[in-house]
Amino acid sequence: MKILTGNDLKTGDVTWWTGNDWSRHVEDAVDVGENFEAILHEEEAARRVNVPYAIEAEMTEDGPRPAHIKDRVRALGPTVRPDLTLKPADPEAGNWVI
Amino acid sequence: MYQYDKYDQQMVDTRVAEFRDQVERRLAGELTEDQFKPLRLMNGLYLQLHAYMLRVAIPYGTLNSKQMRMLGHIARKYDRDYGHFTTRQNIQYNWIKLEDAPDILADLASVEMHAIQTSGNCIRNISSDQYAGAAADEIADPRPWAEILRQWSSFHPEFSYLPRKFKIAVIASDEDRAAMRLHDIGIQLVHKDGELGAKFYVGGGMGRTPMIAPEIRDFVPADELISYAEACLRVYNRYGRRDNKYKARIKILVHELGKEEYTRQVEEEFAHMKTLGLNPPVEELARIAEYFADPAFDINASDDLDLSDPDFNLWVDQNTVAHKQPGYAIATISLKPKSGIPGDASSAQIDLMADLAEQYSFDEMRVTHSQNIVLPHVKKSDLYALWQKLDEAGLAPANLDLITDSIACPGLDYCSLANARSIPLAQKISERFADLGRQRELGELKLKISGCINACGHHHAGHIGILGVDRKGTENYQLLLGGSAAEDTSLAKITGPGFDEDGVIDAIETVTDLYLKERQEDERFIDTYRRVGMAAFKEAIYG
Repeated sequence: MKILTGNDLKTGDVTWWTGNDWSRHVEDAVDVGENFEAILHEEEAARRVNVPYAIEAEMTEDGPRPAHIKDRVRALGPTVRPDLTLKPADPEAGNWVI
Repeated sequence: MYQYDKYDQQMVDTRVAEFRDQVERRLAGELTEDQFKPLRLMNGLYLQLHAYMLRVAIPYGTLNSKQMRMLGHIARKYDRDYGHFTTRQNIQYNWIKLEDAPDILADLASVEMHAIQTSGNCIRNISSDQYAGAAADEIADPRPWAEILRQWSSFHPEFSYLPRKFKIAVIASDEDRAAMRLHDIGIQLVHKDGELGAKFYVGGGMGRTPMIAPEIRDFVPADELISYAEACLRVYNRYGRRDNKYKARIKILVHELGKEEYTRQVEEEFAHMKTLGLNPPVEELARIAEYFADPAFDINASDDLDLSDPDFNLWVDQNTVAHKQPGYAIATISLKPKSGIPGDASSAQIDLMADLAEQYSFDEMRVTHSQNIVLPHVKKSDLYALWQKLDEAGLAPANLDLITDSIACPGLDYCSLANARSIPLAQKISERFADLGRQRELGELKLKISGCINACGHHHAGHIGILGVDRKGTENYQLLLGGSAAEDTSLAKITGPGFDEDGVIDAIETVTDLYLKERQEDERFIDTYRRVGMAAFKEAIYG
């Protein structure tokens, strides 16, 4: 599957395309197939996202997971600062990243 | 320390106002990202893995307590309560919001700081010896020359769009503590027949094509130093490659032309420049030098030191070095605690270091390229009180230049260019070698870790270097041996096939075990490696 990601223009937060909006949680990402160029163009023009792009991902029981390690680190946060990730209270949250 | 005059302040304030307008236009949709990106990069604002990252310039690594407190304030108010001191003597913040960036730059400007030229193909922050102005072995203070170079290179219209970024280091001792020959231009202040001048090395660098800068001039009179640097830059700006960014650094030009031909062209340009009268006015050189006068040292300060506390004794032995003024020492605050992140400091630690500098070091600090902080002028009688306060705050690891005092780039945890994580390796190595007795037995051992071939973690210059690579989607680490960023500059060589994370740490242990077995007398790791050669180490690692 392919999912879309980028950064929020104002905050720089990593965001994921949900089908009609952008979420900070990769679990909300949807498969956009191959026809994503129009979405990227429209969303960037509307300043709802900065430098968006498509990545390969796979669907798991817990939702979409990026195929590449770099995007998995982006999805959760720095592996060396669990307190700064999206799930700071869950020590197991990063088990799928590396 | 240098203090801004009205021109410095006006330039920085004007730039803040200009960037504020640019950010507003970007947020309003009047600028696209393609249009805005070069503008934000000119102000040190990158878009990294998790957010915007702001790199703040710390000129030649020198700052005062007021400036350090501002860095803590920015960490607290605009970031996530910490900053990361870099291998370029700067600081980076990893979680900046675009809408906050103009306010941050305004806050920095209020303490004579900025983020200008911390990105882009221009002359970057001038780096220098972290012990400048305090070292017992320097022949002159390199800071006035670093400051003159800073002023010359700031907004230099001819050098704002170079083929590639450009880094200059200035030192003034035979011991090189600034990786001088791994810069685009390395300048060593020297005396010749009683006159102060500079030796020029050009064309060094790390990155994907590491090279050691050759010496191209053994003496340039000090008052012509800027003109000579300008001649070096002019030849590069004219002939440096712009068709391929991987071949655009000056090291490639010097290598391809050959040292002799490059030097010939520089000398020709220099001869031309001398006819133009572009040397800085003598009065201006003197005005700048005045800012770097020695602080009011206590000439009666004693060299006596009570070393009865064994932990304090270890810290003094490892983390302090000789000062030019009797009764004083240069103290290094290690930002490399066990399991810590090299170079990271919380806002509370930043504030504390500012307080301690104010109390014990004439209000001065230095950031080192090894990602530590130096208090350059500490009275020996104050060292114990200083150490106690550092120890309480977790800032007293006694590991300067030991294996756990590693350099590490942000790596894949933060950097969009990285292929592998660097920080976890540094943390695990600090745990594996946590025993201080073992570290001291190994002695001076420069361990440097990069998460990609851009080499921000200086792996080419490590006695032991580690390069993280992407191997079919998983992290893999190459081990290198034999590098040095000191006056015996050398480039490390890859030992062989790479390892996973645990494997490379095991390999490091194998290598250090062999060193202890082969060591003769007082040899450092690098000395033994050079004497014994790579083959023996490869045999130990790979069998």
